[in-house]
Amino acid sequence: MSDKLTYITLKIWRQGGPDTPGQFEHHVIEEISEEASFLEMLDILNEQLIEAGKEAIVFDHDCREGICGTCSLMIDGKAHGPEKGTATCQLHMRKFSSGDTITVEPWRASAFPIIKDLMVDRAPLDRIVESGGFISAETGGAPDANLIPIPKPVADAAMDAAECIGCGACVAACPNGAANLFTGAKVTHLNLLPQGQAERYQRVEAMVETMDEYFGSCTNHGECEAACPKSISIDVIAVMNADYLKSKFKNRKKLSRT
Amino acid sequence: MSQTLRRGPVSGTAVGRGAKRKPFLLDFYSTAVGKKYVMAITGIIGIGFVVSHMIGNLKVYIGTVTEGGQEVYDIDVYGEFLRDLLVPILPRTVFLWLLRGVLIGAVLLHIHAAYGLTVMNRKARPVKYQSARDYEVANFASRTMRWTGIIVALFIIWHLADLTWGWANPDFVRGEVYRNLDASLSRIPVAILYVVANIALGIHLFHGTWSLFQSMGWNNPKFNQWRKGAAAGVATLVVVGNCSFPIMVQAGVIEFDPTVTSVHELHEEAAE
Ligand code: HEM
Ligand code: SF4
Ligand code: FES
Repeated sequence: MSDKLTYITLKIWRQGGPDTPGQFEHHVIEEISEEASFLEMLDILNEQLIEAGKEAIVFDHDCREGICGTCSLMIDGKAHGPEKGTATCQLHMRKFSSGDTITVEPWRASAFPIIKDLMVDRAPLDRIVESGGFISAETGGAPDANLIPIPKPVADAAMDAAECIGCGACVAACPNGAANLFTGAKVTHLNLLPQGQAERYQRVEAMVETMDEYFGSCTNHGECEAACPKSISIDVIAVMNADYLKSKFKNRKKLSRT
Repeated sequence: MSQTLRRGPVSGTAVGRGAKRKPFLLDFYSTAVGKKYVMAITGIIGIGFVVSHMIGNLKVYIGTVTEGGQEVYDIDVYGEFLRDLLVPILPRTVFLWLLRGVLIGAVLLHIHAAYGLTVMNRKARPVKYQSARDYEVANFASRTMRWTGIIVALFIIWHLADLTWGWANPDFVRGEVYRNLDASLSRIPVAILYVVANIALGIHLFHGTWSLFQSMGWNNPKFNQWRKGAAAGVATLVVVGNCSFPIMVQAGVIEFDPTVTSVHELHEEAAE
């Protein structure tokens, strides 16, 4: 038998659209299984709201297994809530206690306008990836796996960076609204691998400059690393910075062509 | 305030690059990452100055030395030495002015970049969180960089007016470092000001020294675990060294003795 939590007060941000003013709304959950995930708890609340003839709360979610990066939510002032290295969908009610008041807000950044309630538009992260977060292989069949030898530590480091699910918690948690952890992760993932070398400096230059169009700047607080559901290290930011400087020296002639 | 999504040009795809680039250094400086490099490099110049300045000032604890048969303050001799740097390759004070030029340039660039980045960061979150944030690792030092920086900037102006130009020091005698130091720091409010400003500088350097490693891309498992320690070390060194001067003047350990020969007299005698 699973235990139950009782009388949870939710203080939830409601907002009709991008340009309408929003406010907190209070709801009470009388009883919830501690095995419920945070999102299941919101589902239950939404059912209550719909039964009472009210509008359901809009929030983002998709895989509910911590891999898609769609869920978001600022829970009690922490991106993805109190549990380290965990996306909101993997956060369970056993991390809370009966009688708690839980505050839920959307991510806030000028690059992430609110669509409705708790849902924001994170398209600028896609703009960054479009500008360089890929490897061009425009011809030929798929090469055999393991054709290119990659030392294990390099593969591991690239894999650690590749864990980024693009949720935007780093931007949400950053006091400056900077996306350096996300961009650093995407840059590091490809720039460490042999397949990424051809476009290495173009990639970092384009991605850093696209990032600049939407986001704030990094002041090395480290809040992003603490909030990241994949615990991506701010080491990736240093890798990006180092490669950005090199891009300005190495690729100058080629890149300055219009 | 409404939030709107701006879609800028997609710059790195096969479509090709749009606008022509600015000259190399300006192009680099135009991005936030470039500005952080500038902050870090000018910060390193600043740290280099602050640490050597503090170590040079420790000469007040040597007191007097005998030079040309006369008793003079060691720190006054050191002041003359700085003005005589690279003489006779360069005329007197020229090299000192070159060093000063680098410092002034560094401080101005540092402030310009800090201003640009602060504006950018404000724009990145026009609507603040409406509930309290629970910060996990951002500390007091990292969150007050702008304020400690402004305190340090104002203090630099005061410090020059006090001990370089002498405007803020009624008993000022040009070139007599020991006398001026004692005269200025014997005033209790001034002594307190020096202590407060240097604590602000220490807080600034505690975050700044750690931060510059990341900004410069200096990240290596070989030394990563030392970075926070290095920052604490630099900050402590500067605060302890610099705060010792006002404290020791107040305690009477540093006390000007008018019978000691001034460096000016010494030089006049040497010229005769
Ligand atoms: C003159 C007034 C000053 C202002 C307004 C100022 C302001 C700032 C600001 C806003 C930052 C950025 C923090 C960040 O983005 O993380 C910063 C960083 C820094 N400051 Fe200053 N500062 C000043 C003076 C100094 C001085 C005198 C020194 C050296 C002794 C110094 C050393 C540093 C260092 C090393 C950094 C770190 C650079 C980095 O983050 O990579 N600053 N300063
Ligand atoms: S770096 Fe972490 S917090 Fe940022 S988008 Fe990727 S997974 Fe989310
Ligand atoms: S819903 Fe996919 S990561 Fe949370």
